[in-house]
Amino acid sequence: MSDHPDLLKLFFGRLTWDALPLHVPIVMVTFAVVMIGALAVLGAITYFRLWGYLWREWFTSIDHKKIGIMYMVLGLVMLLRGFADAVMMRAQQAISFGHSTGYLPPEHYDQIFTAHGVIMIFFVAMPLVTGIMNFVVPLQIGARDVAFPFLNNFSFWMTTAGAMLVMASLFIGEFARTGWLAYPPLSGIGMSPDVGVDYYIWALQVAGVGTLLSGVNLLATIVKMRAPGMRMMQMPVFTWTALCTNVLIVAAFPVLTAVLALLAMDRYVGTHFFTTDLGGDAMMYVNLIWIWGHPEVYILILPAFGIFSEVVSTFSRKRLFGYASMVYATVVITVLSYLVWLHHFFTMGSGASVNSFFGITTMIISIPTGAKIFNWLFTMYRGRIVFEVPMLWTMGFMITFVIGGMTGVMLAVPPADFSLHNSLFLIAHFHNVIIGGVLFGLFAGINFWFPKAFGFRLDPFWGKCSFWFWQIGFWFAFAPLYVLGLMGVTRRLSHFDDPSLQIWFVIAAFGAFLIALGILCMLIQFAVSFRRREQLRDHTGDPWNGRTLEWSTSSPPPAYNFAFTPIVHDNDAWWQMKQRNYRRPLDGYRAIHMPKNTGAGIILAGISAALGFALIWQMWIPAAVSFVALLVVAIGHTFNYQRDYYIPADEVARVETARTELLANHV
Amino acid sequence: MSGHVDSHGHGGHDQHHDDHGHGHEHHDDGIGHSTFKGYMIGFVLAVILTAIPFWLVMSGGFQKPATTSIVVLAFAAVQIVVHMIYFLHMNTKSEGGWNMLALIFTMVLVLITLSGSIWVMYHMDHNMMPSMMMREMQNLP
Repeated sequence: MSDHPDLLKLFFGRLTWDALPLHVPIVMVTFAVVMIGALAVLGAITYFRLWGYLWREWFTSIDHKKIGIMYMVLGLVMLLRGFADAVMMRAQQAISFGHSTGYLPPEHYDQIFTAHGVIMIFFVAMPLVTGIMNFVVPLQIGARDVAFPFLNNFSFWMTTAGAMLVMASLFIGEFARTGWLAYPPLSGIGMSPDVGVDYYIWALQVAGVGTLLSGVNLLATIVKMRAPGMRMMQMPVFTWTALCTNVLIVAAFPVLTAVLALLAMDRYVGTHFFTTDLGGDAMMYVNLIWIWGHPEVYILILPAFGIFSEVVSTFSRKRLFGYASMVYATVVITVLSYLVWLHHFFTMGSGASVNSFFGITTMIISIPTGAKIFNWLFTMYRGRIVFEVPMLWTMGFMITFVIGGMTGVMLAVPPADFSLHNSLFLIAHFHNVIIGGVLFGLFAGINFWFPKAFGFRLDPFWGKCSFWFWQIGFWFAFAPLYVLGLMGVTRRLSHFDDPSLQIWFVIAAFGAFLIALGILCMLIQFAVSFRRREQLRDHTGDPWNGRTLEWSTSSPPPAYNFAFTPIVHDNDAWWQMKQRNYRRPLDGYRAIHMPKNTGAGIILAGISAALGFALIWQMWIPAAVSFVALLVVAIGHTFNYQRDYYIPADEVARVETARTELLANHV
Repeated sequence: MSGHVDSHGHGGHDQHHDDHGHGHEHHDDGIGHSTFKGYMIGFVLAVILTAIPFWLVMSGGFQKPATTSIVVLAFAAVQIVVHMIYFLHMNTKSEGGWNMLALIFTMVLVLITLSGSIWVMYHMDHNMMPSMMMREMQNLP
């Protein structure tokens, strides 16, 4: 073996036994727990002989509904990981004062806050947002699937492959210690020679492919596949926000890919884009990554705005107030989101003229957002409000988000930003808008569309428990950070000298504990709802007295979504149909042309993950092999001509007749 | 009433709409299927628009290199338009106007991103780069 050190090097690159964290007890315990959990899950799947079922019905499925659900599962699983990081940070900061250094060494703490940010944005918020769009959009526009069903499956698995790489960094090697955007020069090869930043780069590149393709896919779906009669200004607001979100994804994510590729070249082949040595400029990285980063914020929040719009009008039993202004506000935000990126680095030194321009554009963007808040309020005004769980999340959002928005406008004032920048005030602000906006929206959406996806409602009691723990826990966790930020405490510190600050961190840790209870309640809610599914069953397909087309089909919808493509005459198509005593047609079914499942997506994504892993560790032979394999499988898939099939008319008739009987028995 | 449902059945409303040729609400593709002549015009224009900048650079061009580079960039911009019209068959009506809308949106974003970055980086470079800092410090009283 030792005769061929070069060959061994080509094969294993930098990977040695030292990469395993055998000497770090915390990581080893985590590793053991995760492995036992994983083995238990895998064992259970094997014991119940579910592999074939999962492979045929889920992993290879190109049904947009199942892919949407898989995205949601991915997002919720990663939420647990990201939240575990959050709890570790809160616990460390609550005890690490004076002589106590806490339980996390600084290099470990730095990895944790980096992983927390990366996971929460890329592998929690993005999959949850994409998952909801995937599930809801085709149903809302009366389509049978997305425009490119195979691409959809591939996108999902690429996102999962990126998540796998981040998870692998926990136990093999380490993750970046640079903060979630990996600014050079800290992320350059000189300051971070280990694999952490490489894990960051390749995880995001692999997942980025998935995100970009999914954006293209949903964009084409909304533009080309709306039901006959549904003009742009008759699309449901959620579909509108999904359209704008995917425009932003398609326009912004290539910038992230490019800037990470430049960083990778700096690290791998010795270019100097972001080093000062040979004329490069690290500030260019910050500039470029925020050109992606600010639209990314709106990629996350716009679908949440769409969810709130659907929820508010459904549970106020009213048409949405100001539909047109809602649409224009969304479009204006889409364009303006490209004009504010510099507010993330006012303090970098661009001077008064630049700073005031971007400060003003930032304040302008709060105008359409404020208009939306008023639209929701006026929708509720004189409505018959039903306080179901989705509506609770929505009202919690309106209060929380407005406060987060106001602190955002404070930060938009450049002189104020000079003292608040990089402080815990900033941390409190963006958690205020991301948790209070995106996450509350996603939870409203999960509670709202869960019966559509699974055929039974979620248990409202545990849903309300979850809501209150989250809502109160959020304020306990982040109000102290506002206070600390105003006192000048900076972010990302693992140790504090001033003991008078400790009480605030203890309160924040208590808030994190309440949020943990909120998450626990949500998990209990899923379990209880599954056990009580017969009582919570939704027979009608329209449990909330909904307004848009997804509520016109059964819960869960059949594979083909709609036996007949609906024809749309007005906004709130399903509400209109109900007003006019719409009756389902009971015969005249025809065979339905559908796309066929394929395993190519999961295989390609698996090879991509292997390629990413090989590149991270500079294992050049495995990297070359997996790259060639990637090309071969991708080209090979183009020769797969068995891509579609017909659901026979008899089968459609059987499914629809069963539904007719169900409706007759329960309505 | 059931008039809200297309009872003729839209069996293939999704991307497979080859099985029956009626009742589709899709926009007309509107993509001009180009002819041999169209491709030849595009090709000749592309060659001319490449040859002139090439000649400009090889022959030394204008007095100031900056003028040359601006002229070359202008030719490149025209070249993009030629490619879009003759090779990508885009016009203001293709795909029901969506292509044009997407193009305008893209141009706006590229304009914002490029001009914004140049503006921002110019200021950063002026205020923050080490050489400037040195000079500033030397000038301090």
